Amino acid sequence: MKTSSLKNMTLTLLLITFVAAAALATVYVFTEEPMEAARLAKINRAIAEVTPPFDNSPSDEVAEVVLDGRTLRLFPAKKNGVLVGIAVETATAKGFGGLITLMAGFLPDGTIYKTAVISHTETPGLGDKIEKSKSAFSLQFEGKHPDSFQLAVRKDGGDVDAITASTISSRAFCDALERAYRAVSSSSFQ
Amino acid sequence: MSLITKGILKENPTFVLMLGMCPTLGTTVSAMNGMGMGLATLFVLVLSNMAIAAVAAQIPAKVRIPAYIVIIAAFVTILQLLMQAYTPALYETLGLFIPLIVVNCIVLGRAEAFAAKNSVAASALDGIGIGLGFTLSLTVIGAVRELLGSGALFGYPLLPSGGVTVFVLAPGAFIVLGYLLVLFNKIKS
Amino acid sequence: MEYILIIISAVFVNNILLTQFLGVCPFLGVSGRVSTSVGMSGAVMFVMAIATLFTYLLQYYVLVPLHIEFMQTVGFILVIAALVQMVEIILKKISPALYQALGIFLPLITTNCAVLGVAILVVSKEFTFLGVAHYLNLAQSVVIAVAYAAGFGLAMTLFAGIREQLDLAEVPKAFRGTPIALITAGILALAFMGFAGLV
Repeated sequence: MKTSSLKNMTLTLLLITFVAAAALATVYVFTEEPMEAARLAKINRAIAEVTPPFDNSPSDEVAEVVLDGRTLRLFPAKKNGVLVGIAVETATAKGFGGLITLMAGFLPDGTIYKTAVISHTETPGLGDKIEKSKSAFSLQFEGKHPDSFQLAVRKDGGDVDAITASTISSRAFCDALERAYRAVSSSSFQ
Repeated sequence: MSLITKGILKENPTFVLMLGMCPTLGTTVSAMNGMGMGLATLFVLVLSNMAIAAVAAQIPAKVRIPAYIVIIAAFVTILQLLMQAYTPALYETLGLFIPLIVVNCIVLGRAEAFAAKNSVAASALDGIGIGLGFTLSLTVIGAVRELLGSGALFGYPLLPSGGVTVFVLAPGAFIVLGYLLVLFNKIKS
Repeated sequence: MEYILIIISAVFVNNILLTQFLGVCPFLGVSGRVSTSVGMSGAVMFVMAIATLFTYLLQYYVLVPLHIEFMQTVGFILVIAALVQMVEIILKKISPALYQALGIFLPLITTNCAVLGVAILVVSKEFTFLGVAHYLNLAQSVVIAVAYAAGFGLAMTLFAGIREQLDLAEVPKAFRGTPIALITAGILALAFMGFAGLV
């Protein structure tokens, strides 16, 4: 180890920071593309999960709707040029652990086709049952039309069976879905 | 060889040195997450150990800690970028604990205690040993919590009844680690 | 009203130590005595408030405009390390009494992951209050940092109180030291879960 003088201390630190920054910038340039691709792939996977089979690229035809100060993205799924479903990226701040982001798929007439949770911070073992892999909660919405199926838990006078001991998460899920439906009905796709 | 094995048992970072407790408690919700966090730390540990061993002789004594921190932070950022690009799902689950590898006492501790005084090759082996020890401990803790908390192991359901949720929540982390330490102490003595 | 919610949520509901596992090392290492816990908590609060102020400015006035958000980890840790050094020097000059009380804890704080963790948390996450999620502004960020630190202090002081009592109890040999401390912390975390859903 060297003895310290002001000159060599400053120089060493500057040099190390400079090399580190250069290395990071290089790695960043190389990973920027795969990072973007990974983000897009996640959205595309969610879209494919919640809409009937399609042959267009919904993420290229995205439309945006602003509801309650939050931007919702609508992805039209088309087969042979005909609209077969609309995937809506929707979110709610009413979750137990914070923000819940969903992808909700609707048929062109407004019927809910399928849903998928994109991200959430609900309690493991309780609120995380909104995920399809953890419980059947989200399946009850499939094939229902929000005009005839009240998107609210039974406790609040709606038609949704809440997850046991996780009413808040269930309410939040309904809230996000309801907002997605409003976005679809107000969009030009219908 | 002994450089590698000592990190797994004699100087196990979790059960003997009790370093890096934050990620140990925070990410071991499942065996898979524990292993992912362990491997992420191993990556940074090996590379920063090597880099620091290579430059240590040139660094003035008074600024060595800031210099080491910059080197470690750079490797952590490289890891963050690579994970976001190639394992985005794991990156999201581990979340905040990936950038926090910078302040993991194990990494800076090895830099100061080993890498600064030894050759690049020896430091790399030391990093691998300690990193593997850390990965092993985290995987074990994760496996125990996953089995008790969700009745599964590496994602495969084993117990039909599910599990006792509290073990995958915060209190379970402290309690499981506490009892595993008791077990470790018992075996050792 | 919003500030009260921020504070309650940060101190009790999302206690950084017992629900997010930030700052566990000093928690287990330093919290043997109530008096040292209070000193450590004071130092953490001081540094966390200043660090969050500076890292917030760094994030929104340097990293984001230059599109180099990926330099966040390096930038933040440098700011924190430099701040800790500066606080130490300034404190020594202007308030020797305060330095006496907090001084020995300051070097430990650079590697206290709670400081870096909170700094990253406030700029990277949308916080939910009254059903509205949004990113925090500067004032809210500093308030939440102080509140997180207060939560850290609360958990640590409570814990130190328990440990002082534990010293008098007869604990089986294999449980002595860290194991019993961890199990106690688990029970304390269980108690803090009772606050969930408060905000």
